[in-house]
Amino acid sequence: MANSMVESRHPWKAWIYLSPALVLLLVFTVWPIINTVRMAFLVDYSGLKAVGGMTFKFGIGNFSKVLKYKKFIQCMKNTVIICFITVPVSTMLALLISVALNSIKGLQKFLQTVFFLPYVTNSIAIGMVFAAMFNIVGSFYGTENELIVTAGIINNVIEFFGGKPVNWINYGSTYAANITVMVIYIVWNALPFKILILLGGLQSVNKQYYDAAKVDGTSRRRIFTRITVPLLSPMIAYVVITGFIGGFKEYTSIVGIFGESMGPADNAGRLNTMVGFIYDSLASNNQGRASAAALILFGLILIVTLLQLYVSKKRVHY
Amino acid sequence: MAERIEIMHEKNMQKETSKQLVLGMVVKVLVYAFLILMGVIVLFPFYWMLNSSLKTLTEYRLSVPTFFPRQVMFSNYAEAFQAASLGRLFLNTMIVGLVSTILSLVITILSAFAFARLEFKGKNILFAGLLATMMIPGELFTITNYTTVTNFGWINTYTVLIVPFLVSVFYIYLLRQNFLQIPNELYLAAKVDGTSDFKYLCKVMIPLSLPTLISITILKMMGAWNSYIWPRLVANDAKHRMVTNGLRNAFRDTTGDVNYPVQMAAVALVSAPLFLVFIFLRKYIMKGVSRSGIKG
Repeated sequence: MANSMVESRHPWKAWIYLSPALVLLLVFTVWPIINTVRMAFLVDYSGLKAVGGMTFKFGIGNFSKVLKYKKFIQCMKNTVIICFITVPVSTMLALLISVALNSIKGLQKFLQTVFFLPYVTNSIAIGMVFAAMFNIVGSFYGTENELIVTAGIINNVIEFFGGKPVNWINYGSTYAANITVMVIYIVWNALPFKILILLGGLQSVNKQYYDAAKVDGTSRRRIFTRITVPLLSPMIAYVVITGFIGGFKEYTSIVGIFGESMGPADNAGRLNTMVGFIYDSLASNNQGRASAAALILFGLILIVTLLQLYVSKKRVHY
Repeated sequence: MAERIEIMHEKNMQKETSKQLVLGMVVKVLVYAFLILMGVIVLFPFYWMLNSSLKTLTEYRLSVPTFFPRQVMFSNYAEAFQAASLGRLFLNTMIVGLVSTILSLVITILSAFAFARLEFKGKNILFAGLLATMMIPGELFTITNYTTVTNFGWINTYTVLIVPFLVSVFYIYLLRQNFLQIPNELYLAAKVDGTSDFKYLCKVMIPLSLPTLISITILKMMGAWNSYIWPRLVANDAKHRMVTNGLRNAFRDTTGDVNYPVQMAAVALVSAPLFLVFIFLRKYIMKGVSRSGIKG
């Protein structure tokens, strides 16, 4: 009450405080939303041609073209595969690690820091380290005039345990091998955030539930599935949703491992993602196509998020 | 008879508890083994980066790897520093990081103050509208922003790396929540004393929300250090190139016969500042991250 009395004399004051943010938001956020939707519905829109005075028909041509475009389908496939493997795997692993971390006393702080370390990294830089670990120097098939050189530390470990080395990312590698490397890297990268959130959740769970279970002689597995997971379900829902959003926007970790060719030497672009497709379209001045792809990406993220919110409303126990 | 039963019962109980003790020990050992194994896996890439960065190329290429360099080659680091012209890249990134952090903090503080303490028409609708934009993936903005900055003539300048990302709705939201926790009585008392809004903001609210401001600073600096897509698109010339982009540019090949020791030395040099920041400001980073849900 008093507050509004003081302020009512200067209603314009708030707008002065807000003006820098609002001006920038208008130019770099609001206008792009309007313009991207506009370009998406102008068939074959290209910035260069528009400057040249060309006009474009209004319609959904960009969307139908993008969805028929083989490259886009491949990008979408890669994105979806990566998402649907990495999110469950990293969530399960993070849950196990968090529960384990929460149950110990000694070394807890130290291990917590260790598990957070991958977060403070540059995903391009550490991607290069992963590439080095999987890379084979020299010919994989060991032709005679090729030097026999390192097969990469991962293959060394596999051979040490009696397995056969795999061509992970080099010339002639398989799609499955490429995806495996990406999954390992992305899971490694995704763990710290998930552990941070889940451990935070576990530490705020009321100890009484566990004490009661102990008195009742409940088994560890039952405690885990009947107490820990339900009480933690809001945090689990949170890391799964943010995981999917991040997964749909995956791009730089692939650049980290494969470079800008987005695939092994003999198959450039094989691992390209939806975000990569948008940037490629932008680079070739196909703003119409890029906008349509961006809206499709937004739509997919929205659908998955709403679906998960719906599911968690039914299953999450608050 | 009854006594006997009691004794037997007690013995059984003892057996039970010792059995439970042993089981508990086994579980404890397994838990530690699991955690330490996972910890080793998580740390291994860092170890391998350092190990490789200190080897000679010949040693790196041995078909049986060495787990500690036979001949420690610190010269790889000097070579990497030169090959990627890291000095220039660090300087550019620092300029962009510092300027954008300072400007971003000013804008965030002013907006958060308006949303938390000032009254104006349409406040709630405007705030909800801002929050709604957080759902939209950044790529959607980039398409148009690329055209916009080209029209402004900003390509290959520092401006293009700083200005488009100065406003973060998320930071405004974070700081507003913090500001709202400061009791209103303080504000009213200051009003009665005739303190101006701006003075109150500087003297009371900013000091009281310093932890949040530090978190924002760190996240923003890390963002500059890790940004890749936008800088590659709009400022990929030698004069303005930033560190991530420069690293990728200097070492285009990731597979095949690459001079890995030098490449890994460059990676280690680029990662080092992030680790230093992490060691000294761990608390703020973890706090900021757990509330943000975003990576760098």
